[in-house]
Order: sequence, then structure tokens, then C-alpha cells
Amino acid sequence: MPTKIEKDAFSGRDTTGHEWDGLKELNNPLPSWWFWTFVATVVWSIGFCIVYPSVPGISGYFGGIWGYSTRDAVTADVAALAAQRAQVLDKIKDVPIEKVRQDPTLMAVANTAGRIAFANNCQPCHGAGGEGRPGYPVLASDRWIWGGKLADLQQTITFGIRSGHAEARQSQMLRFGVDGVLKPEEIASAADYVMTLYGKAQPSPAAAKGQAIFAENCVACHGDSGEGKREVGGPSLKGAVHLYGDTREAVIAQITNPRMGVMPNWNARLDAATIKALALYVHALGGGEN
Amino acid sequence: MFIRQETVEKNAILMVVLTLIAISVGGIIEIIPNFTIETTIEKVKGVRPYSPLELAGRDIYVREGCYVCHSQQIRALKDEVERYGHYSLAAESMYDHPFQWGSKRIGPDLARVGGKYSNDWHYGHLDHPQALVPESLMPRYAFLAETPLDTTMIGRKLRVSRVVGVPYTDEQIADAKKDLLTQADAAADNEALLKRYPKAVQASGKAGEPTEMDALVAYLQVLGTMADFGSVEPAKIRR
Amino acid sequence: MEERLVMSDITMGAMAGHAVPHARAVVYNDNVIRKFTIATMFWAAVAMLVGVVLALQLCWPAFNLGFSFTNFGRLRPVHTSGAIFAFGGSALFATSFYIVQRTCRARLWGGEALHNFIFWGYQTFIVMAALSYVMGYSRGQEYSEPEWHLTIFLVIIWVAYAIVFIGTVLMREEPHIYVSNWFFMAFILTVAVLVLGNNAAVPLSMYSAKGYTAYSGVTNALIQWWYGHNAVGFFLTAAFLGMMYYFIPKQAGRPVYSYRLSVVHFWSLVFMYIWAGPHHLHYTALPDWTQTLGMVFSIMLWMPSWGGMINGLMTLSGAWDKLRTDPGLRFSVTAVGFYGMSTFEGPVMSIRSVNALAHYTDWVVGHVHSGALGWVAFITFGAMYYLVPVLWNRKGMYSHKLMAWHYWIATLGIVLYITALWVAGIMQGLMWRAYDQFGFLQYSFSESVNAVHPYYVIRMVGGLCFLTGTLIMIYNLIMTVHSSTTERQPAVAGE
Ligand code: HEC
Ligand code: HEC
Ligand code: HEC
Ligand code: HEM
Ligand code: HEM
Ligand SMILES: [Ca+2]
Ligand SMILES: [Ca+2]
Ligand SMILES: [Cu+2]
Repeated sequence: MPTKIEKDAFSGRDTTGHEWDGLKELNNPLPSWWFWTFVATVVWSIGFCIVYPSVPGISGYFGGIWGYSTRDAVTADVAALAAQRAQVLDKIKDVPIEKVRQDPTLMAVANTAGRIAFANNCQPCHGAGGEGRPGYPVLASDRWIWGGKLADLQQTITFGIRSGHAEARQSQMLRFGVDGVLKPEEIASAADYVMTLYGKAQPSPAAAKGQAIFAENCVACHGDSGEGKREVGGPSLKGAVHLYGDTREAVIAQITNPRMGVMPNWNARLDAATIKALALYVHALGGGEN
Repeated sequence: MFIRQETVEKNAILMVVLTLIAISVGGIIEIIPNFTIETTIEKVKGVRPYSPLELAGRDIYVREGCYVCHSQQIRALKDEVERYGHYSLAAESMYDHPFQWGSKRIGPDLARVGGKYSNDWHYGHLDHPQALVPESLMPRYAFLAETPLDTTMIGRKLRVSRVVGVPYTDEQIADAKKDLLTQADAAADNEALLKRYPKAVQASGKAGEPTEMDALVAYLQVLGTMADFGSVEPAKIRR
Repeated sequence: MEERLVMSDITMGAMAGHAVPHARAVVYNDNVIRKFTIATMFWAAVAMLVGVVLALQLCWPAFNLGFSFTNFGRLRPVHTSGAIFAFGGSALFATSFYIVQRTCRARLWGGEALHNFIFWGYQTFIVMAALSYVMGYSRGQEYSEPEWHLTIFLVIIWVAYAIVFIGTVLMREEPHIYVSNWFFMAFILTVAVLVLGNNAAVPLSMYSAKGYTAYSGVTNALIQWWYGHNAVGFFLTAAFLGMMYYFIPKQAGRPVYSYRLSVVHFWSLVFMYIWAGPHHLHYTALPDWTQTLGMVFSIMLWMPSWGGMINGLMTLSGAWDKLRTDPGLRFSVTAVGFYGMSTFEGPVMSIRSVNALAHYTDWVVGHVHSGALGWVAFITFGAMYYLVPVLWNRKGMYSHKLMAWHYWIATLGIVLYITALWVAGIMQGLMWRAYDQFGFLQYSFSESVNAVHPYYVIRMVGGLCFLTGTLIMIYNLIMTVHSSTTERQPAVAGE
């Protein structure tokens, strides 16, 4: 092949003299801005490696002259943040919860802390505004299974319900169907009766039979007339809001094999002040009791 | 040692060899010390091999590609530590084959999701995420609850894990299937299981009929719960 | 058929303004190239269609349809493998085989049977990989999802590719190896090393597709991103630079701007790319020293990357007017522009403090697609518009107007895609770290999910534009091959 250096008519530059399938190359020098920028990045990189952890050996590494460590840095950042927040959170922590509610400035803090903690931790079960989901109670209404006073809420949130924590709220509805305590017809009648409690069914002979069954099996937890018993976490059966639905099937299913929902204990994940803020936040959602 | 480009350009074999050298240097210098420097994996109490059901669930996590939406790696940044918990340690994924750190958060980080929700919530959420979280982008995984878990390979899974470095004992391998069935059944006696696999959470499945959903939930419930941060000495985990 | 093609090639050379000084005795083998060209077009449509489906699923999750095999987690690797390995890979096989023969003045090494093995083997690999993902087999590592048995199959095909390519280079008539072939060889060798290193695994049994990765945790992560970053560096960058170094000077009819720049940027690029992987692992449990190395090498990689851009763009000096007359060249040149942009964006995102914001967000996906759509796909389109008329012995493209339509609709698509994801990504990053006046996190995760929805819709529309452009191209290429208007003189026509 002919190896001859030509002059490119357009740029006046020489080619390298090689040619491949009609392709040639000019012998232009490296653009100087390109070269010097490259050199600058190399110099900068060397400097960076001197001050930060960089060069490894077989059993250790050069830690950099600034002694930087990502983990030290984040520990310091988190501590600084905690210190900043302590100014407001400490007040919440030390003041009795009722007093916090009466103090608008403290309450403003509790609200912002509570709002974000609620959105990141509670919303997936209880909904964005505490509106509840099937199996997860409404927190924005004045119907409470375990109680809606600030202290009740704080207790519930700290230790959870059937969470496995030793101090968790605990209650266990019998598995009337699965364990053969009641026969299916009895369960059906009980359901007919329960449905009269919230006006979804009219009194009937079946419901009357159910009332007797209810009196014998259910009042211990749900109260004489189904008004609920907070001491044992037995929900009221009278209102319009239901944990698992108000249809006959839902009620029968619940009596046959109760779900026994679990509410996690949050003391493992959140600090006491945040939980206090959460109690205040939930209390203010619409159903808080005094 | 300076080789002229002119020479290299005329000698394909030389070019191949030089290219191979050029691409090897960086890999060798970065990768090998990560195996040999002892502080790379911190000494932390509590991290144990996955129980058989958790391992089976993990394989489903990998199979379904949950890692394309969820990370399992809390970076050492204050907002992440606050949102998701203690930054992830290398020790926490030392038995993960493959690692599932992820590279995208379409959904939240799952490194410490264990214990955050109830079993029931996970079953409901995997069945239909939008029913619980209306804005969720997550696909429905209802089919997992209808798919019986294939347990025939479980002993092998533990054995092969041991080949790649997970310290399962002979006993754990021998009892893999039994342990799996125990953990999948909410009502089974789990004392022996907990001795072998502390903190293992029982799924809410039916006796003798584990589903893929049971396995996945057991895996999710153990994520981030093993490491005992009380045993971590900050000065020893600087790297 | 083959003799005819060589003649046509000479004519093309002449068309591009070059005298072809000597008659060629070599008969090139273009059969396998034609096959890979068709595969390129097929996979372009498939991969981009799946991309649009994924984009749709992220706008409205009901499009997951509730089946196991249609859900996002299983389809996403079909898209990434389909776009990178099926579409990009087929394009690279086609162009590298074309270029190596022409620039070495040697017939493709090995027999037709070996070439067919590479073609059909590679296509089978892709189909099996895609099927395996939707059926629920995945190694669970990005861009490296095929299980062990498919890995072995791929390695065999890749070795055959290396032998054919390097064999052809060894048989060359030209004394010097052309710059395109430096890049192709680096690509072939490095991909082999990466796949062997990263895919090491122990199968559950010889009869089970499932295996466990040999590495775990932090070392697994490091090796994965050594692989992943260099899949970008050598598959999506070096190899496509090889493509660029042939087609841009051809289309422009100008010599490559600077040979010296080629030399320096080639060697610095291949040396430095390998180090940059840890920029995917900033602030993670990977040790600090490794992160530092990943970051500084990414920054030093900026100029070596831009060497390719300068050589691509400056080659046009003296021929900028051709952009008006050759829409194919417009694709190639725009591609180089996007290449420059994404290789600037990349080093910026590698800076630890920037990555603290960008990582895990849609900014990364936007960056990926400015490289993938703007660079990889556009440089391929430019090459296809050049190659198809040559390979099928046609006068030229069927319709320049459709080429222009393709260009504008695809460019619009890219702009929509990447601007939407810049906004979405930076917004996510800022929302995740925002604090209120008391020092509490300001937004929940789900608020950030809500906030990106409109941008996901814009991205989906952008993707749809891009897909539409691709379909226009496919139509145009098919018509180029089949229409009577693009036939050459009757003397050489007819099958
Ligand atoms: C895994 C799901 C889940 C999560 C997450 C959750 N809860 Fe609950 N929560 C429940 C269930 C289930 C109940 C009802 C249990 C029962 O008594 O049957 C409940 C009950 C409650 C109650 C008692 C309601 C009453 O009527 O007495 C309060 C208060 C409460 N949750 C607040 C919270 C707060 C605050 C958070 C977040 C820090 C939270 N929950 C997170 C599931 C959850
Ligand atoms: C030992 C206590 C206990 C007894 C006895 C008991 N329950 Fe319950 N019941 C509960 C508790 C606790 C819940 C909330 C449980 C849950 O989350 O599943 C509940 C829930 C219910 C609900 C669902 C309420 C809703 O809002 O959806 C119905 C209906 C019900 N019980 C009916 C009955 C009937 C009928 C009987 C008697 C046959 C009965 N219960 C006996 C404790 C009891
Ligand atoms: C298309 C993306 C996508 C895929 C695929 C996906 N998820 Fe999700 N995931 C989300 C989004 C978005 C959320 C946040 C909203 C919500 O809670 O549903 C989420 C939330 C979650 C949560 C709750 C986390 C928390 O702390 O609130 C869990 C657990 C979860 N996903 C598990 C999984 C598992 C297991 C898989 C695979 C079988 C999976 N996800 C696949 C997008 C996805
Ligand atoms: C100098 C050149 C480049 C550098 C330094 C670079 C750097 C980066 C960085 C920092 C990330 C983000 C990692 C994270 O935070 O998750 C990234 C992601 C990515 N880049 Fe680049 N980039 C470069 C060029 C390119 C080009 C040209 C492409 C081609 C198409 C590309 C494709 C990708 C891909 C596919 C990812 C996503 C990886 C993942 O799945 O997380 N990059 N790159
Ligand atoms: C019509 C065109 C395309 C559309 C609509 C599209 C859409 C998508 C979507 C929705 C995702 C998932 C993003 C996420 O998980 O958040 C994705 C990922 C990806 N796509 Fe595409 N895509 C297109 C073309 C391409 C092409 C041509 C390539 C490569 C040549 C490509 C390479 C990738 C890669 C590498 C990823 C993974 C990114 C990451 O993990 O960061 N795409 N694409
Ligand atoms: Ca020649
Ligand atoms: Ca990714
Ligand atoms: Cu990278």
C-alpha cells in the first residue's frame, strides 16, 4: 500500500501517510486546552488522594492526611442534627404530654415531628390522614379500641398491640368457629344479632337466638350491648366504622377465625420524644379524647 | 520501557497483550485489597446465615427483580440514617450471594424493613400494594400466594451456599426442610428453629403447605434485624 | 453476490469523495453482516417497545397486568439486555465485521459456518436470556442477569467472536491497524474478562438453572460495578467509538482530525475506565479508599472521553455543509454531541457530594438514556443509514424526508426523556434530604413518589417519540432494500 504523507487542502495539515479503505488521518497535535485540562485533572486527583483515604496495600490502606472517614463524618452530622433538634425536642421530652398540648409553640414542633414520623411509619397501615384500611383502624375518628386519651395513645404506640413486646396490649378473641366453640348455625345467628347492633339488619328470630349466644360468649369483651370494652381491647360493635367490614360474611369470618391484627411496637425504631410527638399528632387527627 | 505506538500498531498480538495489561491494573489494585484488608468486613455480633425459609424467600426476591426498585443499602448520610436507620455495614450482607444493594429507589430502601410492619401487612401489600398505599408504583404479586414453594432443593441450597462461603453446619443442612416447614407455619413450635436461627420470624402460612409468599415475607421480616449494634465500636469500623 | 458488493463498496468510496487507488482482490464476506443488520433493527424495535411498556408501568402500575411474567421486575432486564446486548451488540457485530474487513483489506477470518455459529449462537443467547428473565431466572445483578448455563454459552460465542475478529486483524494487508480496530479489540477482550470475572457462580446442580454467585456482599458489589461500569465503558463507549471512527470520516469524506489524539485518548481511556467502577458505590459499605479511587479516576476520565468527541466533531471541519444534505451524518454528529454531554455529566455525578444527591434517583436513569439514546442509538442509526444501501447494493436511502422525520422526532424524544428525568431525579434527591425549620425531615417517601408522576408521563411520551422514530427508520430501511426506486443500474441488479 502506498504510504505517503499528503497535505490536506482544507486545513493545510499533513496526513500521517496511512490509508485504510479511503480513510486517512491528519497529524494534528493534541489540542492544548485538552492536554492541559487533562493534566489539571491528574494533578487534582493526586492531591485528592493525598488528603483522603486512597492507596491500598495488602493489609491496610493510606488513610489520607486529613484523617477523613465517611462514617466519622456521618456520626458527627447526626449528632449535630440531634443537638439542633434537642433544643425543641428536649422540651417535649421533659414536659408532661398534657402540658405540651396546651403550649402552642411546643405543639407546633410536635406536629411537624409527628407528621413526618406518621407519614414514614404509620401511613402504610392507617392511611395518610389516619383514615384507616380494612384491618387497620381509623385514627381520625372518636371510636377507639384501646382508648383515645394522650396517655392511651402513647402507650399503644410505644409497645404496640400483639407486637410480641412484653408490655404490648394483648387481647385474643376466641376462634369460635375454627376451634369448634360454636357451630356454624350459631355463628350465623350471632352475626345476625351483631348486625342489628349497627342497624344493618332488623330484629328477627335468628337474631334473637344470636343475642343469647352473644350474651354467653361475647359480652366479656364487647360489653353487654356490644358497646366495646377498652380494658380488654374489645372493639365496639355498634358504630358505623368497622375494622373488617360490616357485611354478614365479614362478621361470620371474624367470629369463625378472628384476624387479630398486629400493631408493631415503635420503641425499637423511634425515640421517646418522637413517639410523644406521634401521640399528640394522632390525638389531633380528629378523635383525641381528654 | 517505552514502546512506540508505531510498533504496537503493526503488531496485533502486542496490541492485545498491552491492552490486557492496561485493563488489568486498575481491577487488581482495587479488588484484591478488598479481600485481604481485614477491616473491610466489620466484626459485628448477630449476623447469621439465612434460615432455609428466608433463603428461599431471598431467591424469590432475586427472581422477581425487587432490586430494580428497592435498594438494600443505607448510605452513610444523615438523611438516610434518619429515614431508614443505621447505615448499612459490610458485615450485614456478608452472606448475601448475590448482594442486593440495588442502584435505584423507585420504592424505599428495604435494608431495615424487618419488623417495621406485621406479617399481615406484607401479605396484603404484596397482594395489592395500591389497596394499602394508593400512590404505590409497585406491581401486584398476588400470584406468589397461590404458588406452592418448591422445597425440594432446600438442602442443596444450603450446601451450595456453604461451598461459596456461608458457614452452615451439617446439622443445619440436614434439618433444612424441617426448619423451613416450621418457620412457614405460624402455629408450629419454633424453639429449635430460634436456637439455630435467632430472630427468625414465623410466616403466617398453613402447616405443610408453604407458599412463595410465606418465604418472601419471612425474608423481608429478617432484613436489618440481625446485626447487634450494641457490639459495634465506632473506632473499629472506620475504613 | 459478494463480488457485486465489493464493486458497490468501491463506488461508495468514490461517492464519499475518495479515489480508491487500487483494485481490490479481496472478496469480503458480508452475509453475516447483513444478518446482524437485520437483527439490529429487530432488537431496536423490541427493546424500545419494552422500554415504553416499562415507562407506562411506572406511570400506571395497572399495566403490570398482575401476571408474574409481565411485571416490572422481570421485564426491566429484558429491556436493558435487549437494548444493550441485543440491539447494541448486534449493531457492533455488524459494524465491527464490516469495518475490520475494509480497514484490514482482508476477508473475515474463518468460514461461513463459524460466522453463522456466531450469529445464530448470539441470537439464541439473547432469546434464551430474555425468556429466562420473564420465566423467573435471574442472577440478580444488573446487566449481568443470565444464569450460569447461559453465561457459559455466551463465553463460547464470545471466544469465537474474538478469534474471528483478531484473526482478521492478523491476516490484514494493511501494515497498520486502524484506530477503529484498536477500540473493537479492547472491547472484545475486556468484555470477556469482565464476564468471566463477574459471573463466577456455583450452580445448585448440573440440572438446575439456578446458581449462587461466588462472591458476597461488599466484594460482590465491587466486582459487580467493576463489571457494570466497564460494560458501559467498553460495550457502550469504546466499541461505539470504533464505529464512529469509521463512519464519521466516511460520511464526511474527511480525514480523522488527529491521529495523535487517537493514540493518547485510546490508551488513557482503556487504562482509566477500569478504575472508575466504585463511583456506583459512594457512601455505601465499600471502604472509603476504594470510593476515592473510583471518584478520581472518573474525573481523570473526562478528557480521555472527550478525545473521542473532539476527533469526531473536528473531523467535520471542512465538511459541515454535508449536514444539510446527509441526514445520516446528522445522526452521527448529534451522537457525538450527546456522547460529549454524557461523558461530562458522568464525571460530575462521580463527585462524591454530587453523587450523594444523584444516586438512587432518576437522574441516573436520565444520564443513562442521554448516553443510550443520544449516543449509542444515534451513532448506530447513522451507521445503519450508511450501511444498508451498501450492503444491499442500493443507490441510496429510500426517503431522505423520512430520515429527517426520524431525526427530529427522535431528538424530541430524547429531549423530553432526559429533561423530565433531570427534574424528577434532582427533585427526588432534594426531597429525600429536605429538612424543615425545626430540623425534621420534610417529606415522606411516598410524597416523592407522587411528585415524580408527571415527569414519568413526560418520559413515557418521549420514549414513544423515540420508538416511533425507530419504526420510521425500519420502514425506510425495508423500502430501501425492496423498493424499485432505489435500484442500481440493471447490469448489477437482480437476484
Ligand atoms: C403493620 C401495620 C401498622 C403500622 C405500621 C401501624 N399500625 Fe397502628 N395499628 C395497627 C393495627 C392492626 C391496629 C389495631 C389492632 C387491634 O387492636 O386489633 C392498630 C392500632 C393503632 C392504635 C389504636 C387504635 C385504637 O382504636 O385504639 C393507634 C393509636 C395506632 N395504631 C397508631 C399508630 C401509629 C402512630 C403508628 C406509626 C408510628 C402506627 N399505628 C403504625 C397496625 C399498624
Ligand atoms: C377474648 C375477647 C373477645 C371475645 C370473647 C369476643 N371478641 Fe370479638 N373481638 C375481640 C377483639 C380483640 C377484636 C379486634 C380483633 C382483631 O383485630 O381481629 C374483636 C373484633 C370483633 C369483630 C370485628 C369488629 C370490627 O370492627 O370489624 C366482631 C364482629 C366481633 N369481634 C364479634 C364477636 C362476637 C360475635 C363474639 C362472640 C361470639 C366475640 N366477638 C367475642 C375480642 C373478643
Ligand atoms: C415498580 C417498582 C417496584 C417493584 C418491582 C417492587 N416494589 Fe416494593 N415498593 C415500590 C414502591 C413505589 C413502594 C412505596 C409505596 C408502597 O409502600 O407500596 C414500595 C414499597 C415496598 C415495601 C414497603 C417498604 C416501606 O418501608 O414502606 C416493601 C416491603 C416492598 N415494597 C417489597 C417489595 C418486594 C418484596 C418486591 C418484589 C417481590 C417489590 N417490593 C417490588 C415499588 C416497587
Ligand atoms: C466519563 C464517562 C462517564 C462517567 C464518569 C460516568 C459516571 C456515571 C455515574 C457516576 C453514574 C451513577 C452511578 C450511581 O449513582 O448510581 C453512572 C451511571 C450510569 N452510566 Fe455513566 N458515566 C459516564 C459515561 C457514560 C456513558 C457514555 C454511558 C452510555 C451509554 C453511561 C451509562 C451509564 C449507565 C447504564 C449507568 C447506570 C448504572 C446503574 O444501573 O446504576 N455512562 N455513570
Ligand atoms: C424508546 C426508548 C426507551 C425507553 C422508553 C426506555 C425506557 C426505560 C425505562 C422506563 C427504564 C427503567 C427506569 C427505571 O427503572 O427507573 C429504562 C432503563 C434502562 N434503559 Fe431504557 N429506554 C429506552 C431505550 C433504551 C436504549 C436504546 C438503551 C441502550 C442502548 C437503554 C438502556 C437502558 C438501561 C441501561 C437502563 C437501566 C438504567 C439504570 O439502571 O440506571 N434504553 N429504560
Ligand atoms: Ca488502501
Ligand atoms: Ca440501575
Ligand atoms: Cu459507571
